[in-house]
Amino acid sequence: MKKKTIISSLLALGALMTIATGCSNSNASKSSSSEVSGKITAVGSTALQPLVEKAAGDFQKDNSKINITVQGGGSGTGLSQVQDGSVKIGNSDIFAEQKDGIDAKKLVDHKVAVVGMAPVVNKDAGVKNVTMDQLKQIFTGKITNWKDLGGKDEKITVVNRAEGSGTRATFESAVLNGEKAVKSQEQDSNGTVQKIVSTTPGAISYLAFSYINDKVEALSIDDVKPTDDNVSDNKWKIWSYEHMYTKGNPKDATEKFIKYMKSDDVQKKLVKDMGYISTNDMKVQKDAKGTVTDK
Amino acid sequence: MNAKKSDKLATGIIYGLVGIVVTILISLLGYILYNGVPDINWHFLTSEAQSFSAGGGVRDQLFNSLYLLILALIISFPIALGAGIYLSEYAKDNWITDIIRTSIEVLSSLPSVVVGLFGYLLLVIQLNLGFSILAGAIALTFFNLPLLTRNIEESLSSVPDLQREAGTSLGLSGWKTITKIILPMALPGILTGLILCSGRIFGEAAALIYTAGQSAPSVDYGNWNPFTETSFLNPMRPAETLAVHIWKVNTESVTPDAGVISSASSAVLIIVILIFNLGARYLGNKLFKKMTAAK
Amino acid sequence: MDDIQTRLQKSSRATRQDYFGKAICYSCIGLIILLVACILYFIASKGLATFTQNGVKFWNFLTQSDWKPGDVDKYGNPQVGALPMIVTSFSVTILAALLATPFAIGAAVFMTEIANKKGAKFLQPVIELLVGIPSVVYGFIGLSLIVPFIRGIFGGTGFGILSGTLVLFVMVLPTITSLSVDSLKSVPMHYCQASLALGATRWQTIYKVILKAAAPGLLTAVIFGMARAFGEALAVQMVIGNAVLMPKNLISPASTLTSKLTTEIGNTVMGTLPNNALWSLALVLLFMSLLFNLVVRFIGRRGNIKNER
Repeated sequence: MKKKTIISSLLALGALMTIATGCSNSNASKSSSSEVSGKITAVGSTALQPLVEKAAGDFQKDNSKINITVQGGGSGTGLSQVQDGSVKIGNSDIFAEQKDGIDAKKLVDHKVAVVGMAPVVNKDAGVKNVTMDQLKQIFTGKITNWKDLGGKDEKITVVNRAEGSGTRATFESAVLNGEKAVKSQEQDSNGTVQKIVSTTPGAISYLAFSYINDKVEALSIDDVKPTDDNVSDNKWKIWSYEHMYTKGNPKDATEKFIKYMKSDDVQKKLVKDMGYISTNDMKVQKDAKGTVTDK
Repeated sequence: MNAKKSDKLATGIIYGLVGIVVTILISLLGYILYNGVPDINWHFLTSEAQSFSAGGGVRDQLFNSLYLLILALIISFPIALGAGIYLSEYAKDNWITDIIRTSIEVLSSLPSVVVGLFGYLLLVIQLNLGFSILAGAIALTFFNLPLLTRNIEESLSSVPDLQREAGTSLGLSGWKTITKIILPMALPGILTGLILCSGRIFGEAAALIYTAGQSAPSVDYGNWNPFTETSFLNPMRPAETLAVHIWKVNTESVTPDAGVISSASSAVLIIVILIFNLGARYLGNKLFKKMTAAK
Repeated sequence: MDDIQTRLQKSSRATRQDYFGKAICYSCIGLIILLVACILYFIASKGLATFTQNGVKFWNFLTQSDWKPGDVDKYGNPQVGALPMIVTSFSVTILAALLATPFAIGAAVFMTEIANKKGAKFLQPVIELLVGIPSVVYGFIGLSLIVPFIRGIFGGTGFGILSGTLVLFVMVLPTITSLSVDSLKSVPMHYCQASLALGATRWQTIYKVILKAAAPGLLTAVIFGMARAFGEALAVQMVIGNAVLMPKNLISPASTLTSKLTTEIGNTVMGTLPNNALWSLALVLLFMSLLFNLVVRFIGRRGNIKNER
């Protein structure tokens, strides 16, 4: 008898769920007359996720008919899913043009923020400033000891970012000039990199500005400090956009939400809180090939 | 060396091994609890998570973990029970059974990210469940079935044949013998499997990132109708569990108190698992006493 | 007359119950098989695409050690050499299992044969608790305790197979222990009684009778433990260094199949070579765990006394 109860409850649950999906769908289609409504799913970059999530929460307070789901999964996932049409918005740290297998012409780019990145080292290394060339030599494996840069006699442990990630693509295009990075440790998240660099003597890696804290030492390059101001006029070269891609031009709810992302509410406040730089503050712009022009 | 001496020696070695294991276990749990418990307070347990300001809690994540656990067990337990009964009572000792066993064991070695992506493509995209608790529960089922099935099989076959003979001699059908005599006898073992399984559900992150999602939209705890979008019982809403939250906070979060949230959440998780384990064991023992003649 | 005849010829209620029960069990196992088949097909179709669509030579995949699926080498071949990761996965898993098994079986023997009820009652929930700790937490504890510890003793960066092994050791311990306890418990009481009655000491009974009778179950426990070690990614990735380098020794940074898979899969685009290559890693993983499984089974089949319930 027990068994039967279990099975019947399982069946009931199944039925319940079918109804639940049915209901939510019909609800969405019914109420489109009065104001803009709909269901938006945004998938992709984990770095951009907190910003979009928070913005979505605020946005929904005024637009209760619009239901927004924001998920991570990585830039690659975001781009491939928006291209397939499985999701409405694909969040990405990287230009669609830079990814193989993505037809960038079908996607529309909405740049919602700018992120600056800086090389960080363990405090032990005793180095605070490097030249761009030295940085390149570290990451290509030509300089292997901090004493060559005037620091401590300590081996350099390079911690790179995951192959194919937006952060790595940005860093390599700004620093390495097409040369290949030395084979080294790789990590894919800012949090882990920060933790590893702060605990491993002689470690070097790079982080988005918002993850730099007093546990690690951010390096200046050619005596330029990694600050938002220096990014905005391209004195600091290592920066990139955070993109939200849609397939074709956005419509209805998606359009409204993306407009909101670019509005002052988000750009002046949330973007700053997140440690990103507003696109409105930028004096220059960058294209997919990395060419920087005045705005 | 005579038998007595080697007995003493072996006992000593076993005590030594157990001593080391206990030390590791206790210090590990102690470390987590010591770091986390001081930061647990009522506010932490009952408020929402914050994206990038300090002082967020884990209310939704905690509830989601429990809800997901229940759903996942409702789905996976009956299947594993049936399969376990098959393997222990009906399966013949031949190559087909061998293949079944091997494939179940191989299934358990799949990295959770593979199960997660499979779940994402099949459940979230193909079956159109969206990022939802239901999709997460089914994905976890994939992953729990091997261990649970194996465990149920093992505990069923540890019931002495005497009991089966007794059942048959009383004129019970084979099925009645299994459900009324063998299953209650095997209950404690099955319970272990169930508890191990729920531990994994609580602790799993990678498989859920792609299925149940990693955002926790605010839900209405007063709304008991599971068909509405905002109800906390709605199985079709995305749900970030506590383990996923710990992962997210550690990897990409910019909240200033990320370290505190992570260690406190780990401690909460351990305490919840402990309560759950003890509760399950207590109930199991009661049930065992009620259903069998054992004292 | 007819009434009695039909009643006699009709299957009894008990028989029908039996059929009913059997049907449920068969459909459950059928469902699981279907599921396994689905996942296998899914991974195989994606994983084999590297070789069928992208034209990577299977042999090169297994024997080369350059992993940069986005790039081509000077001959224009994609660089997908998985050898370092295969070697690392193998060594980490085997080392962790070798290390954990004596501890786990020792603890299991203690809980079932030696300890009084209180000891066992205390140990079991503690061990089960460990399963529920998320791998990220293991990873971070490994990063803040084990890595500096290894660095202090052996030098180097502290990231490497040894750190990975130690973290995995703790992670697989509960799985192996709990399953071992179950299989030791399923050894019939009269084996033990018979042995003790013959004058054997406790250790002789444990070693010559109980462990032998429970051997298949213990092996399954080890297999599940290894499977967990194999499939674990998040924790290992943080302490092993995650560098696609051929491991020179136990403390040089390396990368396992799963850690590579987990780090990169989110950054690749479905259907392209970098993505397919990662699925190939998953396929290799499946085959390797199949291999492990068969080897352990083969060992188990020899020298095991026939276990009757």
